[in-house]
Amino acid sequence: MNAKRNVYLAPYLAWMALFIVIPIALIVYDSFFDIDGGFTFGNYEKFLTPIYLKMTVSSLWYAFLITLFSLLIAYPAAYALTKMKHKQLWLLLLILPSWVNLLLKVYAFLGIFGTYGFVNGALEALGIGRQQILFTDFSFVFVSVYIFIPFMILPVYNALEDLNPSLVFAARDLGASGWTTFRKVVFPLTLDGVKAGCQAVFIPALSLFMITRLVAGNRVITLGTAIEQHFLVTQDWGMGAAIAVFLIIAMVVIMLLTGTGQAGRVRR
Amino acid sequence: MSASRRWQSAYLIVVFAVLYAPIAYMIFYSFNSGGTMHGFEGFTLEYYGEVFRDGRLLIIVLNTVVIALLSSTISTILGVIGALAIMRTRTRRSRNALLSMNNVLIVSPDVIIGASLLVMFTMAGIRLGFTSVLLSHIAFSVPIVVLMVLPKLQEMSPTLIDAARDLGASGWQVLSRVVVPFIKPGIFAGFFMALTYSLDDFAVTFFVTGNGFTTLSVEIYSRARQGVSLSINALSALIFLFTLLIVLGYYVLNRRSAKRLGTGVPR
Amino acid sequence: MKSLVRTLVAVLVIAAGLLIAINRLNSSQGYSGADTLTVYNWGDYIDPDLLDKFREETGIKVIYQTFDSNEAMMTKIEQGGTTFDIAVPSDYAIGKMRQENLLLPIDHAKLPNLANIDSRFLNQSFDPGNVYSIPYFWGTVGIVYNPELVGDLTFDSWDDLWDPSLRNNILLVDSAREVIGMGLNSLGYSLNDTDETHLQEALGKLKKLTPNVKALVGDEIKMLLAGEEAAVGLVWSGDASEIMDENDKLDYVIPKDGSNLWFDNMVIPKTARNLDGALKFMNFMLDPENAAQNAEYVGYATPNAKAMPLLPAEIAEDKRFYPEPALTDKLEVYDNLGKRMLAHYNELFLEFKMHKKVNDRV
Repeated sequence: MNAKRNVYLAPYLAWMALFIVIPIALIVYDSFFDIDGGFTFGNYEKFLTPIYLKMTVSSLWYAFLITLFSLLIAYPAAYALTKMKHKQLWLLLLILPSWVNLLLKVYAFLGIFGTYGFVNGALEALGIGRQQILFTDFSFVFVSVYIFIPFMILPVYNALEDLNPSLVFAARDLGASGWTTFRKVVFPLTLDGVKAGCQAVFIPALSLFMITRLVAGNRVITLGTAIEQHFLVTQDWGMGAAIAVFLIIAMVVIMLLTGTGQAGRVRR
Repeated sequence: MSASRRWQSAYLIVVFAVLYAPIAYMIFYSFNSGGTMHGFEGFTLEYYGEVFRDGRLLIIVLNTVVIALLSSTISTILGVIGALAIMRTRTRRSRNALLSMNNVLIVSPDVIIGASLLVMFTMAGIRLGFTSVLLSHIAFSVPIVVLMVLPKLQEMSPTLIDAARDLGASGWQVLSRVVVPFIKPGIFAGFFMALTYSLDDFAVTFFVTGNGFTTLSVEIYSRARQGVSLSINALSALIFLFTLLIVLGYYVLNRRSAKRLGTGVPR
Repeated sequence: MKSLVRTLVAVLVIAAGLLIAINRLNSSQGYSGADTLTVYNWGDYIDPDLLDKFREETGIKVIYQTFDSNEAMMTKIEQGGTTFDIAVPSDYAIGKMRQENLLLPIDHAKLPNLANIDSRFLNQSFDPGNVYSIPYFWGTVGIVYNPELVGDLTFDSWDDLWDPSLRNNILLVDSAREVIGMGLNSLGYSLNDTDETHLQEALGKLKKLTPNVKALVGDEIKMLLAGEEAAVGLVWSGDASEIMDENDKLDYVIPKDGSNLWFDNMVIPKTARNLDGALKFMNFMLDPENAAQNAEYVGYATPNAKAMPLLPAEIAEDKRFYPEPALTDKLEVYDNLGKRMLAHYNELFLEFKMHKKVNDRV
């Protein structure tokens, strides 16, 4: 098979040229123009000032948190799903909530987390008293994880489904504890799924914008927020494009670091 | 049921409860005669009536569904081709290059994709509307399909294909009888993810739409300035329940036919 | 493979069926007829009954398309590729679009109803002589507050917002001109000030406000204030009237040290095809009866003097939303400061937002 000509390459490359290369070229081109349309490197210089660097660090940090919590919640859920009867149905039911408009769900969260909302009502009934939940780091990460969780569960679930159960039985027969079996057998064998999930979460999480305002009340400022501002408010497309170019470069670096497509994949 | 099974079920129930909480909240307030999403005053079906009287809203909903179905189908096909293409590249470097290119659209914020696609479409002289929206949705869905299908392809053992070849299967037969069935879960995952992206997209669609063509997300976001009316809640509740019924119905039918054929639950 | 093909066929059949349904609906609703007019407006910013009435009177079917920000709307019009016969931008956006040649001049001879508009809303700095724009709604920027929760603060002056008792109790609109403008006004400077030392002074003062600011939010500010998520909010008057409709405990005030006067006007973008229909539509909306009906539905203030007597007294006589000329004369309309200055305002605003976060962490 490997020796054969790659017949799939041509249509895929054609698609890429049209819908990826051209738009990206437009973005890179834009990034070299200032707000009055003159050629400049100023946008990149501005990106290196403390305000944007601080923003970059905080974007990376929040994206990391969101990915971490998504994985921590999704992995056990995907694992439990594989053990259920009617698992296909459960899987569909898991995706279903993400088909409801995001703005409506976020508005619902505003109601649920608000000072007089459902959660605070429960906290007060428990004698803990009202807390500020809305407009905190917690609510931001929570809602982001909520949005991204199906994107993490699906690939992990698929990886777990493919796991050969006899491997697990074998490990148990050889006296490995549940935890050891997981650590030494199950997790390594599902690593590809985990990586796919992390990429599908981390990368878009870097450029989140709407919920930074809605749920975090602009207490969290990410690169996505800044880009949206530059494109839609100041109409400084050049600066917005420069940040986007940075994001694209960051993504490539992340891809290289997580090493997808590596030669030494786990084989069965 | 063992103790660990019980824990697993309990955990899943909690996850599902959280996932559905905002939707339950939204549906609950669609019956609020107070007209807002806080402070429930009394029960009313007024907003449901509004939905059915609004012909424009119905057109928008249908537009949204057609775009979602077509774009996710086409991007699933393209995505599978793309994943196969990436798998078949020989050197690790070119594979990484392709994959990075693939992911560029996932990392680019919607606003930027939307703006640059808009510039591209107007340069190419494509009339804004159905076609431009469909093309854009395909554009941002393909990469996610590739991401979902690729791990399945990587798992596939090459000996499987070699065996098929040794048995005299043609290239097409290997693909349709061996490869595609093996990566089917990935394909479905990709399809559903693409559907999700398409249904929920606002920013890209906003830029590339025009000439009277609108989708539900664009409509909802632009209503935000006046406060989203509860008829939108009612509409979403209806769509949600409708989708739920389809999913359940599809599942039951599939199981029945699978049982009749004696092949068990299809994967 | 078989089940995949089956699913594929099913999806395509459903999509084809839906496309047919859409076509039927479009023609039954008159959207595919010859005489149509595309109106590009904010979502839900017109009484839909008026669109039906307009069709009955003129036979023209309105296609109503919506946007959610002036800037996004301008991008769409600038790029072309789609037809808009009427758009409804805000004041500063009109100035910008005029400069960039995105608008067509309006033939006043075809608008007899223009005489109904109160002259104090005509001939504004963003469009002298109303060559390109006709007033649609207008309003102010001010403070919504809950009298029960703010002690004896009256917000006669912007400085009241800095009162330590309001800790973590203020919501601001997420908009650079409004927030920086508030800082400038509170120091006695103009909203349109471009002097760097004044701007830095304003930023310094705003940074001191951060402990009181709970969040900077968008349109959801209405929902949050009506739900008493915070005691005080910086909002546009149109939003304020909606908030107070929902929660009558709240009150609205325009601080005496100055504020912003804003307009949303109808314009004819250069993409217009149905010029004649566009003028008919403008004249129709300027009709006192229609303007009053629209103002009642939308809840914003109408600039139509002849429509005022047709409005219910409790709306028309509400000085908070229809302030006296003596007050409106003191308010300022946003000048188009140019892209570079606007970008600078936004940089300062970003610095204000970032400052807040660091403060919280420490």
